[in-house]
Amino acid sequence: MTAHERTDVLVIGSGFGGAIPAYHLAAGGASVVVLERGPWLTADEFEHDFKFGSSSTRVFEFTMGEGMNVLGGNCVGGGSVVYFAAMPRAPRFVFEREGSIGRRMWPKSITRDTLEPWYDRVAQALPITQSKWEDVTYAGGVFAAACDHAGRTANPVAAAIDTDLCTNCNWMMSGCKFDAKRSLLLNYLPAAVDHGAQIRPLHEVQRIERSADGDFLVRYTVVDPVDYRVQVDEGVIEAKLVVVAAGAAATPVILQRSEETLGAMPPAVGRYFSGNGERLNTAILNEDRVRDVLGLDRGDGLAYAANQIGRGPSAASWDRLDGSLPEFSRYSLEQLYFPPGFGTILAQAPDAQGPSWFGLDKKEILRRWQSWLTIFIMSEDDNEGVFGPPPETGNADRISMQMLSRGNLRYEPTANTRNGWALADADIRDILERDGLARVMPWTNEVIGAYTVHPLASCRMGDDPETSALDDTNELRDHPGIFVTDGSAVPGALTVNPAFTIAAIAERAVPHIVRAAQSRGVDVRYLGSLPPGERVSRRTPVAVNGRDGQPVSVPSV
Amino acid sequence: MDNFDALTADQVMTLEAYADTIIPGERRDPSDRAVAGAASGGGAVASGAVDLMLSPEGGLAGTLDSLAEGLNEHARDYGARTGLDLDPAVPPFVALAFADRIALARELLAPGHPEQELWVALAMFSAMAWDTGAHMSTTDALASGHPGLTSMGFMPPDPDGAWRFPRFSYGRALAAIHPRTTPRGDPQ
Repeated sequence: MTAHERTDVLVIGSGFGGAIPAYHLAAGGASVVVLERGPWLTADEFEHDFKFGSSSTRVFEFTMGEGMNVLGGNCVGGGSVVYFAAMPRAPRFVFEREGSIGRRMWPKSITRDTLEPWYDRVAQALPITQSKWEDVTYAGGVFAAACDHAGRTANPVAAAIDTDLCTNCNWMMSGCKFDAKRSLLLNYLPAAVDHGAQIRPLHEVQRIERSADGDFLVRYTVVDPVDYRVQVDEGVIEAKLVVVAAGAAATPVILQRSEETLGAMPPAVGRYFSGNGERLNTAILNEDRVRDVLGLDRGDGLAYAANQIGRGPSAASWDRLDGSLPEFSRYSLEQLYFPPGFGTILAQAPDAQGPSWFGLDKKEILRRWQSWLTIFIMSEDDNEGVFGPPPETGNADRISMQMLSRGNLRYEPTANTRNGWALADADIRDILERDGLARVMPWTNEVIGAYTVHPLASCRMGDDPETSALDDTNELRDHPGIFVTDGSAVPGALTVNPAFTIAAIAERAVPHIVRAAQSRGVDVRYLGSLPPGERVSRRTPVAVNGRDGQPVSVPSV
Repeated sequence: MDNFDALTADQVMTLEAYADTIIPGERRDPSDRAVAGAASGGGAVASGAVDLMLSPEGGLAGTLDSLAEGLNEHARDYGARTGLDLDPAVPPFVALAFADRIALARELLAPGHPEQELWVALAMFSAMAWDTGAHMSTTDALASGHPGLTSMGFMPPDPDGAWRFPRFSYGRALAAIHPRTTPRGDPQ
């Protein structure tokens, strides 16, 4: 009989859904192992560089699907390392949404009111800072001024960013080299490590099995630190309890692959995927009109021309976050930045004589890139995403060494989803094309389909076993001892950036996970403490074998 | 172009002609056939499109010979359909005039084309060469006048290679905030 490595709790993934339970369980006395398939990088390794192989491709994942493409983190810290750290609470009406199932999607025990204390804890731990107008970047400012000119309101967006350290470099998607972004590398994860949790990067979980005595066997492969297509090792860890938090594009795939050994999954595993109703528009501003109509001046002779400057989103329009409006017509509009590449390829030239996303007209608008303003729509989609059969390993077949893969997520936007997008597109045009301020075009969906940076709901909570995979404690139905705490647990689109809500739900799940662990004989308590904040990201050494089976020293681990 | 050894000269020209269709540029010299010269300034080719396609990290390198052959196959078919007499001295895709390259690319990149995914991938590498110069370090690309980043006005880093923008805000309230904003600054 093989002797397995054992731990009380095995956590799959180290983003918000993984790091938060890992910290609390370790602090409460449980032995915790976190398996993260991406590398472990810290501030000194985050690079300002588009080059393939730099941190921008090592920590980021672009998973292409059929009609839906998911962008997310692939590193210790998960999405918190690569995201823009915008942290609004979800509006009250979101928790009352019915979607297309005709009854409340969320468990009745979760409302904005019942979630507030958990939001508060996350806000304190990261921490999240309320933004002032002085923090709003040129891009956020020009959007806010245009909203005002159109008779709308606009709000500075709260963020988990230390603005004293932030240089407004706009390289956030490659990781923050200044440790200004309050990612999980600065709070929950180091605190978990201090309490004895082990975080193992480049460990990709493939499946979960039951052991003979009713515990779990978690099988993983070890990924080559440079070429993620190559597996250099494999192993198994036995655990009394498993927390799955691999992200909404991977969690259901691991569970689907585990059906063979765990038994049938609830029908909602791998269904009801939501892209958070996301869509982008690019406005090309007329610099003279920005000065004349909006009265904006940077003080250096320029009105705007500041697309490159900033830190993702800093201002948003919440005028359509109105619970009295019908479902599928509510959305927020957020000023955003995407770097060249991701942020340029799908943008379309207005009034193009030829093709709109490539060719001569496209090159002309790219010459005006500094005058671009990207507006992000977060609306109510229809949970129409469905995962096909799992690939042999991972959540998708890797195409490139890093970053690019192709998975089995299918998404065909329904009339409800398209309705929200059309309303939002028209709203953006109304705000930004007014008085010749800009020309606006949505990104094309004809090239790769839709896209999201906020995948949700693929293994969602709810009260109805037919349409939800998890009960209201985040435990997987029919599979006691497996909890899901990442974005896949969120029942549907939130109309705002979801990281804060995902983190609050993970905080809320912890007491339930602790009780389940106790019932399985784990000596653990829920302390309700919060991690101390750190100023500098750090990591603990982990041995990794290279392709030849010999230990290798790589900068990422 | 000494690192293009894995491909024949015809294949390189074909891939260049496709990249030049995605982000067009000026001819490198009067004899340039791959670049159509449809736009001023360097395009995807001068920005390193084939270098990026060939990069081992990208995962496309092993398929480039068949992609080039595929492009020429489609160009031959396009020529036959539209009654063009293609110059046999160069590969068929290269022999197409710029307007015909665009017309063919639109077909290949259209939703529903059975090979759309392949041609989108090749188009994305072409666009990324111009937008990001991802085959080389960004600071080096800017220092050497990379055509795409330079045309976009991508501002250079500080001397230590990191970007910092100390001036970033208009510094004043520019709109009324939403009336139902909570005291913490969240939507209600």
